[in-house]
Amino acid sequence: MSAVIPIQADRGCTDAPVLMERGQREVFCGLTGIIWLHRKMQDAFFLVVGSRTCAHLIQSAAGVMIFAEPRFATAILDERDLAGLADAQDELDRVVQRLLERRPDIRLLFLVGSCPSEVIKLDLSRAAARLSQRFMPQVRVLNYSGSGIETTFTQGEDACLAALVPVLPVSTRQHEPELLIVGALADVVEDQFSRLFQTMGLKRFAFFPSRNSTTLPAVGPNTRFLLAQPFLGDTAKALESRGATRVASPFPLGAEGSAAWMHAAGSAMGVHADTVEQAIAPARKRAEQALAAHRTSLAGKSIFFFPDSQLEVPLARFLSRELGMRLTEVGSPYLHRQHLAEELAWLPAGTQLSEGQDVEKQLDRCRAAAPDMVVCGLGLANPLEAEGFTTKWSIELVFTPIQGFEQAGDLAGLFTRPFTRRTLLAA
Amino acid sequence: MQLTLWTYEGPPHVGAMRIATAMRGVHYVLHAPQGDTYADLLFTMIERSSKRPPVTYTTFQARDLGGDTAQLFKDAARDAYARFKPQAMLVGASCTAELIQDDPGGLTQALNLPVPVIPLELPAYQKKENWGAAETFYQLVRHLAVKPTEPRLKGNQPRCNILGPTALGFRHRDDVREIRQLLALLGVAVNVVAPLDASPADLARLADADFNVVLYPEVAHQAAGWMTRNLGLPATKTIPIGATATREFIREVATLAGIDPDMAAAEAQSRSPWYAKSVDSNYLTGKRVFVFGDATHAIAAARVAAREFGFKVVGLGSYSREFARDVREAAALYGVEPLISDDYLEVEAAIAAAGPELVLGTQMERHIAKRLGLPCAVISAPVHVQDFPARYSPQMGFEGANVLFDTWVHPLMMGLEEHLIGMFRGDFEFHEDAAPSHLGGPATQAPTAPALIQVQTQHNEESPAAAIPAAWAPDAEKELRKIPFFVRGKARRNTEAYALSMSVPVITVETLYDAKAHFSR
Repeated sequence: MSAVIPIQADRGCTDAPVLMERGQREVFCGLTGIIWLHRKMQDAFFLVVGSRTCAHLIQSAAGVMIFAEPRFATAILDERDLAGLADAQDELDRVVQRLLERRPDIRLLFLVGSCPSEVIKLDLSRAAARLSQRFMPQVRVLNYSGSGIETTFTQGEDACLAALVPVLPVSTRQHEPELLIVGALADVVEDQFSRLFQTMGLKRFAFFPSRNSTTLPAVGPNTRFLLAQPFLGDTAKALESRGATRVASPFPLGAEGSAAWMHAAGSAMGVHADTVEQAIAPARKRAEQALAAHRTSLAGKSIFFFPDSQLEVPLARFLSRELGMRLTEVGSPYLHRQHLAEELAWLPAGTQLSEGQDVEKQLDRCRAAAPDMVVCGLGLANPLEAEGFTTKWSIELVFTPIQGFEQAGDLAGLFTRPFTRRTLLAA
Repeated sequence: MQLTLWTYEGPPHVGAMRIATAMRGVHYVLHAPQGDTYADLLFTMIERSSKRPPVTYTTFQARDLGGDTAQLFKDAARDAYARFKPQAMLVGASCTAELIQDDPGGLTQALNLPVPVIPLELPAYQKKENWGAAETFYQLVRHLAVKPTEPRLKGNQPRCNILGPTALGFRHRDDVREIRQLLALLGVAVNVVAPLDASPADLARLADADFNVVLYPEVAHQAAGWMTRNLGLPATKTIPIGATATREFIREVATLAGIDPDMAAAEAQSRSPWYAKSVDSNYLTGKRVFVFGDATHAIAAARVAAREFGFKVVGLGSYSREFARDVREAAALYGVEPLISDDYLEVEAAIAAAGPELVLGTQMERHIAKRLGLPCAVISAPVHVQDFPARYSPQMGFEGANVLFDTWVHPLMMGLEEHLIGMFRGDFEFHEDAAPSHLGGPATQAPTAPALIQVQTQHNEESPAAAIPAAWAPDAEKELRKIPFFVRGKARRNTEAYALSMSVPVITVETLYDAKAHFSR
């Protein structure tokens, strides 16, 4: 991409070199996405076809067992499945049958592939097609892979949504553009965005994924889709193959990011920039006011990102431009150059970008950089705190509603709280 | 293929991690894909460990599968040795790596590292966490314990090893402290505690003791058996949970050590037997308790509940299939059907059917109890952050028995309070659906309701088509409400059974008391 973009003096990190790392990765696999996806899609069930490790991962990553009977489970492969003594496809039919008898409320079932199911080449797409045929129209069965050998953490959502794209209804509208917001957002954020779109005068917009599988949004050549999350590469490709067009934009984090995102939505739908500005002005002002207080405590402080959710680049941009933090290293499991183009241009030049991970080497770099704050996963946070670093667990940035104007202050608050706490405890 | 909502145990390599993390100077190189590093957070978050587990993951990806994953493993093992310089290395595979069959043991051997390398074969599709921990500890002991060439000279003081405590164990840290204190009081020296805080060098001198104290058979049974056979070290069998078992444990240790224990001194801080005898504890008599956990803790809890607190054990089960026989024997003592299962839904159904007044279980049963509105105390792993209290809170020894008394009795209604409820039965403030006053919170619905529903459905299924279960007349239903809630389920079942056998179509107050008379004969 960079070849066709004219190089300008002030292009931020557009052409910045990226440190590519390979080694031990201290990140979750794509199965973890089930934790928020099953809350978002209220009639969907996620059946992981995997090992005891998969089951243990999901329950440990969820922290505690919040739901007595959750809408996710694991079909644990055992020796008989591996030795071929049991036909894995028959076994899967049996498990799904039992599951759907127990849960007649389920309308959409995802068979989720894992590392072991991928390695033994268990054909889940065949299983999904067969089971769909058997249980339609009551239950639709789809499949995707959340395996660690193919997906990192939030890529699980990408794989899940990409699997849903082919079953989205065909849009019947021939000429009028429709806006599709893509990426799981908290319901509260979705409702705020809806109100802003309505104020802007937008009538035809929808969110994907929808809260119910029976109300999936339609898609077609007049669909303009706007990503709400930076990790949806495959979903975007799938939507494009259905004729939809991606609207380029920074991501809706912070007042500035949210404003740019709203303007991108407006311009894609032919709404005049002044109208957009007018619609978002009160919320934007509130966000800026909320951020001002946090800026006082964060400005000038340095921050180091370990790779986790692919939200690192937009977050770093927000912390640097709106809160005045100094970026040391910004690590991400995967840098999607195209989807992050606007974000990279906004990153201050000279920021060290890294992609992938070799955790021991990265820890060495982190210690050498001695940042005021480290953003990292749960496996690293307490050990780094014990070394004297102030940390922010990255998973909270995924599980908390942080998008949009009204959440800008909350998002900044996630970074100020560890500092405040440290000061309180020291006193 | 087994449908699983929640698991009681992780995969076997997590068991191996619990051993490696407990020890010093050991590093574990695990052939595993991205995502398996989740296991680190069990230690850093649940146990609040200030250090990362000493584990290196190879993190292979799909694109590596066609290429050389074996080389990836060798590089990871070599780098891990260079960086961490352990005294011994464990190498093995997680579930996915097991499928690609790279032979971590052979690969590491080819590196000629200057330290012992112990390959672990942990079949992830057959075995589980505790088995993995036991196997890892056994392999470490087998490889590292040095068999003395000459017979050991006994010192003046008897010496023992303490075996079994691991990282992420349920109160292991505090149990070790309690048992160490007890042994010191008895005049027994401790040679090595393992795996917790032991180094490979410590394991090398395991033979320099007279006997082993096995605290957690799930982890140490296999290693202790090997040491008995190969190093001539006998091992204790009694698990010192509860005051009675602690006394028995002292006697067992005394026999092995050849000493005459001062029981009175050992028991100086023991309060739970007296607390259980005190009149206030009268109300604990016959409290219905359901017990579930790992085999060691579940069996011990049932014994303490029945013999030391005077509860009635209405259910006993364990997810430890390896120790199913012991659980069955224990269940026979209380006349209950043993539940050997790792199916969370099955356990939930069993608890609902038993209609207990207290659940002693794991974090899983805590959730079940919450859903059924029952009081619950946690007695066993699987653990979460609450099971690592900041204070000293052992389960073993006399102080452990004190802790059990407090933690099991606390969720229940207090003694006098329950008597008052019996006296003012049906009073608008003092009624059985009110939560214990010391726990606060609003009144909850009758906690035994799910059990009744459960029993009734079964009833319907089992009844012959012609026999229609009798309906309850409103006044009889009202009278039934006056019966204390903990026996109400039984009263309802008995009355319905009686009505069915007598072909009574409607249960009246008369039928209720007829049934009572019938069954009390």
